[in-house]
Amino acid sequence: MAKTFQKPESLTDRYMHYCPGCTHGVIHRLVAEAIDELGIRKRTVGIAPVGCAVMVYDYIACDFQEAAHGRAPAMATGIKRVRPDLIVFTYQGDGDLASIGMGEIVHAANRGEKFTTIFVNNAIYGMTGGQMAPTTMPGQKTTTSPMGRNVDEVGMPIRIAELLSSLVTPGYITRQTVIRPKYILKAKEAIKRAFAYQVEGKCFSLVEVVSTCPTNWGMTPVEAVDWAEKTMLPYYRLGDFKTPE
Amino acid sequence: MGKVLMKGNEAIAEAAVRAGCLNYFAYPITPQSEIAEYLSRRLPEVGGVFLQGESEVAVGYMIFGASGCGQRVFTSTSSPGFSLMSEAVSYITGAECPAVFVNIVRGGPGLGGILPSQADYFQAVKGGGHGDYHLLVMAPDGVQEAVEMMMMAFPLAEKYRNPVLILGDGLIGQMMEPVEFPENLRSEPTNKDDWASNGMATRNSDTPNLVKSLFLDPRALNDHNLKLKAKYERMMREDLRYEAYNADTDYQALIVSFGTMSRVCRTAIDALKRQGIEVGMIRPQTLFPFPEKAIHEAAIRPSCKVVLSIELNMGQMLEDVQRAVLGERPVHWHGNAGGDIPSPEDIMDLVKSFL
Repeated sequence: MAKTFQKPESLTDRYMHYCPGCTHGVIHRLVAEAIDELGIRKRTVGIAPVGCAVMVYDYIACDFQEAAHGRAPAMATGIKRVRPDLIVFTYQGDGDLASIGMGEIVHAANRGEKFTTIFVNNAIYGMTGGQMAPTTMPGQKTTTSPMGRNVDEVGMPIRIAELLSSLVTPGYITRQTVIRPKYILKAKEAIKRAFAYQVEGKCFSLVEVVSTCPTNWGMTPVEAVDWAEKTMLPYYRLGDFKTPE
Repeated sequence: MGKVLMKGNEAIAEAAVRAGCLNYFAYPITPQSEIAEYLSRRLPEVGGVFLQGESEVAVGYMIFGASGCGQRVFTSTSSPGFSLMSEAVSYITGAECPAVFVNIVRGGPGLGGILPSQADYFQAVKGGGHGDYHLLVMAPDGVQEAVEMMMMAFPLAEKYRNPVLILGDGLIGQMMEPVEFPENLRSEPTNKDDWASNGMATRNSDTPNLVKSLFLDPRALNDHNLKLKAKYERMMREDLRYEAYNADTDYQALIVSFGTMSRVCRTAIDALKRQGIEVGMIRPQTLFPFPEKAIHEAAIRPSCKVVLSIELNMGQMLEDVQRAVLGERPVHWHGNAGGDIPSPEDIMDLVKSFL
């Protein structure tokens, strides 16, 4: 009997260390499925971030390099420039990409570096224990904004997909989410498309994925999904912001 | 090939190409921007990669990425730029990747100045970035030696899987001298399939390679640091380089000096010799590993009364010279950290004041 559903070849058998309700596991799987379906695993190099997904190399079965906080786009640039035949992706959180690594991502996107970025936006620093991120929602309580994010002091949350889509250089910039099953198929499609553009040598591609962090939000997984849907999705609008066509 | 007249920076750039390094990432900074300008024309001619990054921070990681996937790569910068790259240098060392860095040092701290300086000695030999690591540091005393060290740097970086730093200064970068590119220093990049993340298909393997510096298990991290330590000890045994000048005489004073400053000292030593005063010199060509044994042995020669550490800073190598001499002789510093280089007459007067 033919199997209709199985673990992607690009996903290892390791137990993931993520908290209950965390969306990293789902996103890892979508990346692995896209790599499998495009048949690129053996020429793919991932760049692991600093953040909760630092050990993504334990879960996705391809070559990896581990970056410093925020510097993954520069490393991906280094690899892609000297080995354009390799498929390179960075996997970064919002502290990593939208705060300390803002310079690197903007310039890599603007140069039109032909790699793929998976940008996981859960509106908080996860690994360091729930500090305020550039993407933290107005009024959202974190360990460094105990009274809630005060936008008069620290400004409004940064919308990376909109910001990067303002660059004139062609690229594929999209925002998706995986907080409910109905969104997951679309996110999968976007991630595969992002890799496909790279395989074609077409452009820089970035998929922002709106995610949850029940542990640091102080919510149950179910409450976290509801909160993300009600609070984040109206501000972080889903859809394609830029395509190379 | 015969000799050609070249500016130091351009000769360094050409030496990298001749050494078989076709990948270069950099950010402009005086007094070494000619390296980038030269390679922006030269590398496309040989099918190489030239990219101007958005900052020295980013360039450091472009080097890390390119090296981590198994390619020969180098960058050049000057003092403030090397401070920014030092973050990546720490990661590259931790992840055991070979790479070559050139620091054409300018005066500091801060913006300092753009004239010749050796003020980055501590940064070069004691670390610079965070963590317990060393670079193999070579300090040329002219354009020809800069070329040779540049060509030697790539196989050395690959031998140790550790960055090599060429520490020059504005004088070496900016002056023109006749140079030749020794054929015997050309080298082929080593095979890096056993560790580089160069894609499983590239090495026909089913096992992913992982380039990383994270070791959460305390025993694993300590073992990793012991492995790095053994590497630095091996550098001391196998790749220590220094020149002993006028050191077989019964000299009354011993000079320790490197790079541009040592050229001036050499002139002073020759002139003093004509006046009947013998002065010896140990010129470290590698600053790490440091020729401490050679300096110790030269200092305790019975005729030697005093040791002088002469450098273009406020006395940084002095500490290593003192450590080498181990109190057997008085050790004094002389130098300048503004960009003016002491003259041979200054050095002659200095020596005489101690005799």
